[in-house]
Amino acid sequence: MAKLSIEHLSTTYDHGRVKAVDDVSLEVPDGEFLVLLGASGSGKSTLMRTIAGLERPSAGTIRIDGRISNEDPPRLRNIAMVFQSYALYPHKTVARNISFPLEAIRMPKARIEEKVIWAARLFDIERLLARKPRELSGGERQRVALARALVRTPSLFLMDEPLSNLDAKLRHSARREFKRLHQQTGITTIYVTHDQVEAMGLGQRIAVMNHGRIEQIGTPRQIYHEPANTFVAQFMGSPPMNLIPDGDTLLGFHPEDAWLPDTAAPAGQYPLVIAIQQVEALGADVLVYGALAGDGAELILKLPERKAQTLAAGQQRSFCVPEARMLRFDARTGLRIDAPGRPAAQA
Amino acid sequence: MARTRSPLSLAQRDTLLALGMVMPAILYITLLLGIPIILAVVYSLNDVTTGGTAMRYIGLENFTALLDTPDFMRAIGNTFNITLSTLVGVLVLGTIQAELLMRPVRGKWLIRFLILLPWTAPASLSAIAWLWMLDSTFSPIDWMLRGMGLLGHPGALFGDFDNTFWLGRSGLALFSIILVNIWRLLPLGTVIILAGLNGVPRDIVEQAQIDGAGYFRRLFQVILPMLIPVFGVTILFTFVFVFTDIATVFILTRGGPANATQVLPTLAFFTGVQGGSLGRGAATALFLLPVLAAVSILTLSLIRRREI
Repeated sequence: MAKLSIEHLSTTYDHGRVKAVDDVSLEVPDGEFLVLLGASGSGKSTLMRTIAGLERPSAGTIRIDGRISNEDPPRLRNIAMVFQSYALYPHKTVARNISFPLEAIRMPKARIEEKVIWAARLFDIERLLARKPRELSGGERQRVALARALVRTPSLFLMDEPLSNLDAKLRHSARREFKRLHQQTGITTIYVTHDQVEAMGLGQRIAVMNHGRIEQIGTPRQIYHEPANTFVAQFMGSPPMNLIPDGDTLLGFHPEDAWLPDTAAPAGQYPLVIAIQQVEALGADVLVYGALAGDGAELILKLPERKAQTLAAGQQRSFCVPEARMLRFDARTGLRIDAPGRPAAQA
Repeated sequence: MARTRSPLSLAQRDTLLALGMVMPAILYITLLLGIPIILAVVYSLNDVTTGGTAMRYIGLENFTALLDTPDFMRAIGNTFNITLSTLVGVLVLGTIQAELLMRPVRGKWLIRFLILLPWTAPASLSAIAWLWMLDSTFSPIDWMLRGMGLLGHPGALFGDFDNTFWLGRSGLALFSIILVNIWRLLPLGTVIILAGLNGVPRDIVEQAQIDGAGYFRRLFQVILPMLIPVFGVTILFTFVFVFTDIATVFILTRGGPANATQVLPTLAFFTGVQGGSLGRGAATALFLLPVLAAVSILTLSLIRRREI
């Protein structure tokens, strides 16, 4: 159980030419589940590796539980990490894999056995203890990696895209498992992913990263409904937020906020006259691809299936979006312009 | 356009071309390896000398007679001794060198160059160079030791003689042969082990660091077990090279002093070619075969079983 404090951290390569992590400051309170969200190359993995001690920072400090840890090698930081590949020791059995961290701190053998069985029970892999990693499925390997990580009760738990190697169905149940695990153990967790659905589902807070910097940090609700700039706005959401040029600002709204009114231009609604180009029926939702009449801006709308039954390609229809749900961004800087009564996201 | 019938089809001409290209290799193997091996087996079962063309079949008498010869038993012992000692030396020092080459070090290109250098010289030439290094009168090593005060006066670490007689004393001569073998084969071992080290996934080494393992625990519990196939290859190559090596012993000691460093290949040569007793010589050489076969089979099965 520890809090993590990062101040002006930078990690650079190639004599400072490549700034993988660029002046990042972050406070993670004890027990929080923080997600680092970003595309490949955004610096999220490098940031986590720097926290773990696998990369040397070129500037800034890392404090784990108040102690400056910059110079500590990984094994002195009392952290646990799960890699995307799980990094199981291929020549050791599952039991020896799990007991390895305990052997490293020279715990007495009897206690090691107890803890290994406890960890194996926690993840329901007791029957696999005598197997070797090559005999396990992807989901089983992941659970062994988790058991190994938690057998030691670390201060900090780092996870690098642990769900990427699982098939879609397993990912769903694994997400629930992670959440339950975090509720049970309460260990401060840093979770790296590029999948915003995972981020929204798992994180208590999300830090959206781009080019080594944190674009915004906040609760999933804040990130989604109060994006600090156009990058965050268009990174989240599936499909991403629509942005319409309006003078020297951009008007943004989520595709699912659009709806088909019965009467023309009801009050408090922003009207959208759209020439429909394509209609995609996706089961529960229908995606409408079209161009705004007037300046021809390309938009995507998302409507529930039962409300979209009369729509077809080639039509010109009037949609609208509640004005209260629209956001305004500066076209030049990309920053959100605070609408009155709607404060910017707090970090 | 009239279609002329060629005497051979395209497929047939391809086959002829393939045969033509492979023929030199086949001839080489047959004439210089295959036929001598068959001759060796034939000679070992007969009483043959270089004195004449007479050949009298005597079955396994050559072999049984050898087993009663103390010189022969000594040669077997020496061959194993030299081979296994060289093996241990190459594995341990090779691992250390490979680990060093994995570090980021300034001037690594120079270190790499020096490490590979012994391999680049032909075996007999480097043996001759060592002959001078270990000479009983003019050894530069002795000269250095004398200069450092470790040799040449009573109570000195290396003895009170003016020279160490590297190749003249029986125990020391064996040690010198092992030393030269290790020197010659270390580059090969280092390169093979280095390739193995680079094949260990970075993830796993980092995971071990995070799990709290220090350098030696990582090395012995995580990295080296994953290198067993690579060690297997190193063992196989080193064993075969040294076990069958005639050049080093022949050049440095001729098997002396008084058969102290005699090995099977040199004994086979002295008996069969110099001594003229072809049957005995062939039998001596054939003793190498079962050992090499056994070691190869064992090592290859070890490698295959550990395939991860």
